[in-house]
Amino acid sequence: MIETIINRLLVSIPVLFGVLFLGFALVQLAPGDPAAVQAGPSATPEIVAKIREEMGLDQPMIVQFGRYIERLAHGDLGRSLISNKAVSSELAAAIVPTLELMFASLIWSIPLGIAMGTLAAVWRGSLIDRAIMAISVAGVSLPIFFICLLLIQFLGVKYPIFPFIGRGGPLWTVDGLRHIALPALSLGLIFIGPVSRMTRSSVLEVLRLDHVRTARAKGLTETQVILRHGLRNALIPVVTLVGLQIGYLLGGAVVTETIFSYPGIGRLAVGAILSADFPLAQGTILVLALGFILVNLIVDILYARLDPRVQKK
Amino acid sequence: MAEPLLSVRDLQVRFRSGGQSLRAVDGVSFDLMPGQTLGIVGESGCGKSVTSLSIMRLLPSPPAMIEGGQVLLQGRDLLKLSEAEMRKLRGGRMGMIFQEPMTSLNPVYTCGDQIIESLRIHSGLKGKDARDRAIELLTLVRLPSPEKRVDDYPHQLSGGQRQRVMIALALANDPAVLIADEPTTALDVTIQSQILDLMRDLQDRTGTAIMLITHDLGVVAETCQQVVVMYAGAVIEKGEVQQIFQDPQHPYTIGLMAAVPRMDTARGRLATIPGAVPPPWQAIPGCRFAGRCPLADDRCRKSPPPLRPITAGHEVACWKAPIEGARA
Ligand SMILES: Nc1ncnc2c1ncn2[C@@H]1O[C@H](COP(=O)(O)OP(=O)(O)OP(=O)(O)O)[C@@H](O)[C@H]1O
Ligand SMILES: [Mg+2]
Repeated sequence: MIETIINRLLVSIPVLFGVLFLGFALVQLAPGDPAAVQAGPSATPEIVAKIREEMGLDQPMIVQFGRYIERLAHGDLGRSLISNKAVSSELAAAIVPTLELMFASLIWSIPLGIAMGTLAAVWRGSLIDRAIMAISVAGVSLPIFFICLLLIQFLGVKYPIFPFIGRGGPLWTVDGLRHIALPALSLGLIFIGPVSRMTRSSVLEVLRLDHVRTARAKGLTETQVILRHGLRNALIPVVTLVGLQIGYLLGGAVVTETIFSYPGIGRLAVGAILSADFPLAQGTILVLALGFILVNLIVDILYARLDPRVQKK
Repeated sequence: MAEPLLSVRDLQVRFRSGGQSLRAVDGVSFDLMPGQTLGIVGESGCGKSVTSLSIMRLLPSPPAMIEGGQVLLQGRDLLKLSEAEMRKLRGGRMGMIFQEPMTSLNPVYTCGDQIIESLRIHSGLKGKDARDRAIELLTLVRLPSPEKRVDDYPHQLSGGQRQRVMIALALANDPAVLIADEPTTALDVTIQSQILDLMRDLQDRTGTAIMLITHDLGVVAETCQQVVVMYAGAVIEKGEVQQIFQDPQHPYTIGLMAAVPRMDTARGRLATIPGAVPPPWQAIPGCRFAGRCPLADDRCRKSPPPLRPITAGHEVACWKAPIEGARA
């Protein structure tokens, strides 16, 4: 197991480099001139040019990238051009809210998606099946910003049950919970569609297998057969799917956080890019990439735990 | 004469899917005596598996429908039991082994856990007791180093070893009846005979009655006391094993016996009689075998021959029987 994890981490290094490079290149292409941002609105062109030289922005991109990596290796993420705070502390402040949002979105949506998919599979072709699949198709096809706006409209404005701006506090406080409700609902909803559909088809497939017949021949109840010998096996591909969808979730987090003014990594990234805050934008990309690698690692571990055939001795 | 342990009476099973409807089993009857092995032979598709799954009430419904008949286990009609009562019998008084050893065990649980699951339901064994019993069962089916194998996953075992685990699972709660649906077909020849030896040996020890479904007449000759020959969903001949082998009466059985020596010995596959089984949705007024039978005449094609006794314990469904010196 440890060996697998180390292997995975080693494989991740080139991936990380690739992502960092792409992020670096993309930020370069984004509108805005970081030197001008740094210099402020009243600076003369000469001052801007001098600052550009100081920041190394006149160098070829590959040299700049090399310097960036070198600084990273020393743990130096730079300072935000806008706030002049260390990027690392800005990131640190935004990571916890984003982790909370992810947690609050997944904790209900994945179990619900799995339950819906299982019910749909067990009552395949019934009204329940069709209703569940209709919901999941809607969840997949509605863009996330639209879901956010609908939720704000109904649960925020028309029936003002939940606040929809900012973060009330840590997740374990009442205010924190109230504030995270709508963002977590929006972000979770986009997960229900894929998870329930994958679960449905996977359960249907597993229930046709020979070992399910053996389970019935043992005298298990139908519920036991479905949960222990159907769903348990069907979860293997579902976990893979969830892992693949995490990228989607991160993208969704960017939109959701922006719409709800939720102070997480996603909003930080958008703000940094829009204001040409180079170092901060690259810092957020680094965090998102690391998050992605970490999630995939977790998925791999989970996968090996769910499917004993994966662990080769 | 002793009472039969398991008695199937005039079983009728139909499949409905879409507009189509076909009768897979049509009036099958036989008795399984305590401590004996009953062989059921017949070509692929003749309804052997459907019959055995009907006995366990494991056919998916829909599309399957048991339309008539009785399945009596010590006089109790299983077809009339509630689902909960039936569950107590499955894996308890009645064990079943399937044809596909590679896929019949759940890949995500250890062999031990799968046996323990059954012990927990039926015998109420838990914890160390259940584990000890699982190891004991694996020892019984002669799995090498059972204390270690109990924690192995199915993919760590060979096909033959997995079938041993399946047998251990089926025998976990000392069943009165063991239904084995082609338990060795998927295994290679040497493993086949080991598994059959094992089953014979276990029967001697436990007295479990076995219903053995097979393609292989060699297996029947070695293992069974009674034989039922099925053709196109019906029983066409049944009797003691010597009667069927030494004095087969139905032209189909005679064809099977004649086919055996010409095959390369061990694998007496049954598809060597010219012609094909009529498709089950086709209505046949007379004998189902008439289309392939060298002796068929008008009566055979017009009215179906009933199963009737020829000698004591030997029944055949053929207008032409008794056929003298058929074996020679
Ligand atoms: N789920 C099903 N739906 C429709 N028809 C079925 C189904 N299962 C079996 N049948 C039909 O029932 C008939 C008997 O099938 P069965 O599986 O009992 O044959 P068998 O004697 O066990 O053959 P084999 O030796 O190949 O295992 C076949 O004609 C088959 O097409
Ligand atoms: Mg079969």
